[in-house]
Parts: sequence; C-alpha cells; structure tokens
Amino acid sequence: MKKRIRIGEFLVEKSIAAISFASLACIVLIFVFVFREAAPIVDSLLAPRPTSASTPTTDSVPGVGASESYGDPGPSESYGDPGPSESYGDDSSSRTGTDTASTGSAPLAPRSAPPPPPAARAPGAGVGLDNLAGTQWQPVGDHPKFGILPLAAGSLKVALLAILIAAPMGILSALFTSTFAPRWAKETMKPVIELLAGIPSVVIGFLALVSMASLLQDIFGLEYRLNALLGGIAMALAVIPIIYTLSEDALAAVPKSYVEGSLALGATRWETNLKVVLPAAIPGIFASVLLGVGRAFGETMIVLMATGNAALLSWNAVEPVRTISASIGAEMAEVVFGETHYTVLFLLGALLFAFSFLLNAVTELFVRDRLMKKFGGAT
Amino acid sequence: MNKAWKGRAVAVATGGSAFATIGAVVWILATIGIGGWQNLTWEFLTQSPKQGMTEGGIFPAIVGTFLLVLLMSIAGVPIGTVTAIYLNEYVGRQSKVGRGIRFAVNTLSGIPAIVFGLFGLGFFIQFVGGGIDRIANHGQLVWGQPNILWASLTMAFLTLPVMIVSVEEAMKNVPGELREASLALGATRLETIWKIVLPQSASGILTGAILAISRGAGEVAPILFTGAAYFLPDLPDGLTSQFMHLGYHIYIMSTQSPDVDATRPIQFATTFVLLALTFTLNFLAVLLRWHMRRRAIR
Amino acid sequence: MTEDIKIRAKDLNLHYGQKQALRDIDLDIERNRVTALIGPSGCGKSTFLRCLNRMNDLIESASIKGRVEVDGMDIYGSDIDPVLLRRKVGMIFQKSNPFPKSIYENIAYGPRIHGIKDKRALDEIVERSLRGAALWDEVKDELTKSGMALSGGQQQRLCIARAIAVDPEVLLMDEPASALDPIATAKIEELIWQLKETYTIVIVTHSMHQASRVSDTTAFFYMGEMVEMGPTQKIFTSPSQKRTEDYITGRFG
Repeated sequence: MKKRIRIGEFLVEKSIAAISFASLACIVLIFVFVFREAAPIVDSLLAPRPTSASTPTTDSVPGVGASESYGDPGPSESYGDPGPSESYGDDSSSRTGTDTASTGSAPLAPRSAPPPPPAARAPGAGVGLDNLAGTQWQPVGDHPKFGILPLAAGSLKVALLAILIAAPMGILSALFTSTFAPRWAKETMKPVIELLAGIPSVVIGFLALVSMASLLQDIFGLEYRLNALLGGIAMALAVIPIIYTLSEDALAAVPKSYVEGSLALGATRWETNLKVVLPAAIPGIFASVLLGVGRAFGETMIVLMATGNAALLSWNAVEPVRTISASIGAEMAEVVFGETHYTVLFLLGALLFAFSFLLNAVTELFVRDRLMKKFGGAT
Repeated sequence: MNKAWKGRAVAVATGGSAFATIGAVVWILATIGIGGWQNLTWEFLTQSPKQGMTEGGIFPAIVGTFLLVLLMSIAGVPIGTVTAIYLNEYVGRQSKVGRGIRFAVNTLSGIPAIVFGLFGLGFFIQFVGGGIDRIANHGQLVWGQPNILWASLTMAFLTLPVMIVSVEEAMKNVPGELREASLALGATRLETIWKIVLPQSASGILTGAILAISRGAGEVAPILFTGAAYFLPDLPDGLTSQFMHLGYHIYIMSTQSPDVDATRPIQFATTFVLLALTFTLNFLAVLLRWHMRRRAIR
Repeated sequence: MTEDIKIRAKDLNLHYGQKQALRDIDLDIERNRVTALIGPSGCGKSTFLRCLNRMNDLIESASIKGRVEVDGMDIYGSDIDPVLLRRKVGMIFQKSNPFPKSIYENIAYGPRIHGIKDKRALDEIVERSLRGAALWDEVKDELTKSGMALSGGQQQRLCIARAIAVDPEVLLMDEPASALDPIATAKIEELIWQLKETYTIVIVTHSMHQASRVSDTTAFFYMGEMVEMGPTQKIFTSPSQKRTEDYITGRFG
C-alpha cells in the first residue's frame, strides 16, 4: 500500500487545471489587448498640448496609402448605408436640433499630427478631449472628428427602444406560458418562442432591411427608411427570447407552496399569478432585462443593417443613428493599424467591454443578493 | 364583476404578447422560407458566384463556413470539456479558483460579439501573428493578418461558455454513486473521470459542440475584420487564407453590392440556407438534450 | 494475538467542519469474522466505516485525527496511497450502484484498472467473482446484458462480485440489504456467511435482527462514540452498558 507516484496522472491533472484557466485568461487578454490598442488615445489626452501649434498646412495628408482609402465621405462611401441617408451625417448635422456646439469646438481641438507610417504606433496622435466629447463622428477627411457622443447616444436609443418593446413582450409572454396557459399550450408555445433565439442576428438584420423597413415606412409615412425605430424593433426580436427564457425560469422557480397558499385564501388564479408569483420572480426577471439591455447595447449586425448608420444626435426616434458597435464593425476593416482612427475604434471597443463587464457584475451581485434575501440562501 | 374583467384583461395582455411573439417567429420563417425556397437549386449550393455576384451559387461560402466551424470546434470542444471537467470534478464549491473561473465564463458570455472581433484583431492577429512574423518570417507579413485560423480561434472563445455549460450539465447528471463505486474499487480520480464520467457525458459534449457550431455559423460580427471576405477566387487552402462565410455574404450583399435588387434573390436564398443550417443544428441539440434528460431520470 | 486483528482504530476523531462526528473511537476488527456496527441513525457508524477505506477523504469538510491500522500499518500515514488501500479494502454501498455497462464490464472494471488486460484472465476473474457472489448461475448466459437491467437483489450481488473481483482482503458493507425485499435480503445474508471464510467483513446495519443473524462481533455506536463492543450473542442478551440495553430493547432508535 505504499504510495505510488503517478507522474502521468499528475501531469494530466495539472494540464487540466492550466487549460481551465483559459476562460479567465481570455477575459484578461481581451481586457489587456483591447485597452492596449486604445491606450495611445489616453496618452494623447493626458499628454501636454504641443507648444507650437501644428503647422496649418498639414491638412492634406501625405498620401499614406490605405489611410486615405475612403476618399471623401461622399455617396460612394461603402459601409452600411443602403438608404438615402448620408453615412457620416455631414449634411444632416445642420438638422440636429438639440446640440448646437457641433462645430464650435473645432478651432480649439489640436490638429491631428500627420499619420505615422503604417507600421509605427501613433505617438500622442492628437485627439483632444473636446474632440472625443464632441457631437460629430466623422473619422474621415481633412479634419477627422471622433465625437463619441452621437455613437453612444445611438446605442442608447436603439437599446432603449428595443427594451421598451422586448421587456413587456418577453415578460408577459413568459407569464402567459408559465402560469396561465394549460400544459399542452405551454409545451408547444415555449419551443416556438425560443426558436427566436436560434435565428442569427444577421438574418434579423436582413429581414429588417429588406422587408420591415418598407413596411414601417409605408405604415407611418416615415422620411427615412432606415432609422433607430426600425433598429429597435428588429433588436427587440433578438432580445425577446433572452428575456422570455430567463423570466420563464424565474416564474417556474417560484415554490408551489406560494401558489397554493394564495389559492387557499380564496384568490383567483390570475390574482395569484399577478400578485404572488410575479413579485416572487422579480429578481430573475430583472436580471433577464439587464441581460437583454446588455445584448441590445452591444449587438452589431442588426444595427449595421437597419439603422442607417448616420451619426446623428437627436431625440427623434425615426431618424437614422450610428451605434458604437456598428462603427467598429463598419470601419475597422478599412483602418490602418496604428493610426488615430484605429485607436479610437479600439477605445470604443474598450468602452463596450467595460459596459458589459460592469453590467454583468451588477447583475450577478444584484441577483445573488436579492435571491439570497428572498429565498434565504437556497440558490 | 370587476375582478372577472380584470382577469380577462390580464389573460388577453399576456396571451396577446405570447401570440404576437409567435406571430413574429412565424412571419420571419415564412418570409425567408418563401423568399428563399424559390431560388434554391442544386447549382446554387454547389457553384461559385458568377457575374459580379448576380448569378451562380454560394458554394465557397458554404465551404468557408464549414471550415470555420470545424477549426473552431477543434479548439473549442477540448478546452470547453476540460474546463467543465475541472470545474465539476476537481474544484470544490467554496473554492476561490472555481468561483473565479465561473465568473470569467459568465462574463465571457455577456461580452458583445464585436468586442471578440477586436480581441481577435488585437491579440491573435497583431500580437500572436505579428509576433510569429517577427520571429519566424523576419517581419514579413504572413501570420499577422486576418485569416481563417485567427477567426476560428476567436470564435472558439466566443462559444466557450456554451460548451462549458453544456458539458457541465451532462456531468452533473452522472450520479455521485457511480464515482464512489469506481473510487472504492481502487481507481484514481482521473481514471474515474476518463472511464465513467466522460463516457456518460458524451451526449452533453455533443450537445455543446452542436450549439457552439450553430452559434459559430451564424455570428458575423467577430469575423468582420478577422478573416471573412466577400469574394475570393479560390477556396481557402491553408490556415493563412481568408474565407467566405454565409452570414458575412448576406450582410455585404444586402448592404453593399452594386446591384442590390438584382442580387436580392440570392440574398434570400443564402439566408434560407443559413437559417436551415442553424435550425437543423439547434434541433439536433434539443433532441440530444431531451434524450439525455430522459436517461438521467431513470 | 495481533495477527487476528485485521483493522485497529485508535483514538479516532472526525470533524465535519465544526461538528464532531466521531469521538475517541477505539475498535478492533478481527480477521475473517463478521463485525456488525449498530446504532440509531446519525450515530456515526457509516462515517466510521468510510474511515476504514479513506472514502471520507472525498468530503471537503472532513478532518480526521487518530490512527487506523490495517495489518499494522497506519492507513492515514503520509506514505500510504489511498488508491491502493481501496484495492485491499473494498466497499459495498447501501444503494446498489452498478455501472451503466454490461455485467461482464462491471466486474472486469476493477481488474482492468489494476493492470489485467488478458481476456482469458479477465474471463476467469469474472466467473470466479460471480460464483463468489452466488450470481453466476443466474446470469452466466447473459453477461453482456446491462448491469442495470437486473433486479435490486441481483444488482447488489453484482456489486459484491465487482468488489471481490479486485481480490480485496476486507469487505465494508454499508447497510447492503436495506433497499431489498426479505427474500433478496436472506440471500445476501447467506452470502455474507460464506464470504467470511475468505474476507474480513464489517457491516453497518440498522436492523438488529440482521446483526444478530449475521455477525460474530457487534459494536454499538451512539452519538459519535463507540459505546460497547463484544461477541454478538453477549451484546444482544446481556449488554453491559445501559445505553446499549436501551437501544436493543427498543427504548429509542
């Protein structure tokens, strides 16, 4: 019975442990490498302004190949704008009612230094804070503008519209199939609704672009065929299954004793469902909505195809928007490694990552916390 | 009196939502089904695009998608299975390591797909690929570019949570008594996992792989700039090749092709193929899971 | 005299976290005898049994102090391999747990793990084990049938066959017949009587009748302590401790 040293097993078990850290490593790597590529921006924001105002003649950039691949932001602009709306909102910026500071900040923003040769990093490529906080996203041209605000607003708009539609639909549907519907109905309806989860977002985006857009435009007489509302509706289709499935789980997890207790006191079925079951499932339902928000905020393909991709900043729901994710998706393929545009796109990615990370942490803590309190730790 | 009406209103509201949702699903399927079916021919599936994408087929896109998910699975299935083994068989409930990894898996599943694309670009293409080029190719750009290898690795990490959850579910279904019986006979923990737990979890591993593949075939955002291309004259012939992809094809064709209306039938047909593919895979996974649950109840 | 003692527990204490489950246990198990552990539920008899083949190692919160000697060697010593220990000290569980494999594969599992690959050797072991468990005649023509398709009593005998296939010296049985009907139980008890010629057997049982039918020595456990131990007949007719007498006469338990 003496101890035997099993080297093979020892190595295998150590490898198993090591490989399992892959997911942890992945998160760390995403964090490190996305922020790394975005770092020059931060440097440039923190670095002191260049003392000599950069020569005003460097507006025309020495033809460094691919960095000028867009040419001018005219109608020939390729990405994601099949509709009449201009891609970078150049013309329509005069239409934005709310924010008047659009061009006011330009003279104060430091000039971009001439783009470095493709292989080198852009050292302190000048992007001032006022540029980033500006309201124009126009990364191409003589005076590139990297205002994040319209993009963030676009993402928020679409996400909000999506949740306003998807949350009630998802929660009410879950309420129906888990509490009101008879067993046979639930068994048939649930899989159909969950089918929605299996539809790739590019397919939803495609349908939005091709069918829903015209429908919407005809019904409401809209000026723009592709807009935030369309994006929101399409996005809702993608988010409903998330909210539905998780809310359904939450409702099903409510102990039968609650239901029986309520019925025994003389409440009707629907009263019980609404006043006892639903409140008990609130933590799970809330978590599902948070997850839905996260999805809606970060989703790319649907917005790329359905929102018109114009970086407008307005309250109008039926105007085109450009979201953070769409900008990354549309522009990254044509950007030169190391230049300012590239770095800013990574900065956008970093923001998305930070947002979803925080949202996930909050959901986890919040749900765990509330669930703990309500059910006494029996997670 | 009031109560009855209220009750009815609630039933209508909830039922209405459910039916409306189902209606949306049906509408989606019908639109794609009708629009795509008419243009589906054998040639469509087996030929390359012709005439500036207005004619011909999508064969290279099918091949590209297939190769992508194949490479993705080669990387993702083992990593996911091993992680599930570690979490379920080795790590205790209170362990910090276990909680850390679970948190990471959970977080991974919430990260937007486009961020994974950036990860693929910043880490795989620039760092790893660029590093290999610096060391092995004297700075010449061979690996430091978008290609099918980096795209599939990116997708492998994207679908890792799906894989892990599925395998873990299967492992949890293996009764503890079986493990005890094996250990009591003088088997080591590894032997027990290899000979008892894993074979019993095979269906879970398969389910996870299928779900991951379904996700991998349909997700476009991560491959937008890590390797997908719209028109390639040849099929991918190595790990450094770019590739065509069904989802990417739909996206580009419907938003950027020079003659959007002429290619519309092809767009619908391609969408049909993609949808049929993902649905078949999901259906298979559901069947497997149902079968697995039924066995566990015994 | 020490050659007659197969297993000796000395000052054995076990805690699950803060809770103490075994207190100062001193117990000798004689070789080639059947020793029964009796007591009310939760008294620690199963816990003690699991200390004898270090199955409690699998429980995170368990901490053990004291000695357990098998053939004179402290099995909790740092140079002892629990895996090899379990080959020598086998276990049969309360609820039969055959692997979802064929009868043949269930029994061949253990020997294969321990290095026996030759088909003929395995065939021989399978037959020998099934005979030893009084199951051979019933299943000899259906060795490829799934082990889970057998009846409850047969499954438990299959588990016994599986355990003896690795050639142990001790068999630990944790309430082996509690899930079985009277006829199957009788078969198991008769089997135990035969097995003791080859193995040392320790059996946990909540049935005093079973203990008196089957065992040579009985130990009474109560609240984590070993209250009294002695020849079975003596324990059941004239116990020296009041607590033992109370349990046996049914005042509690």
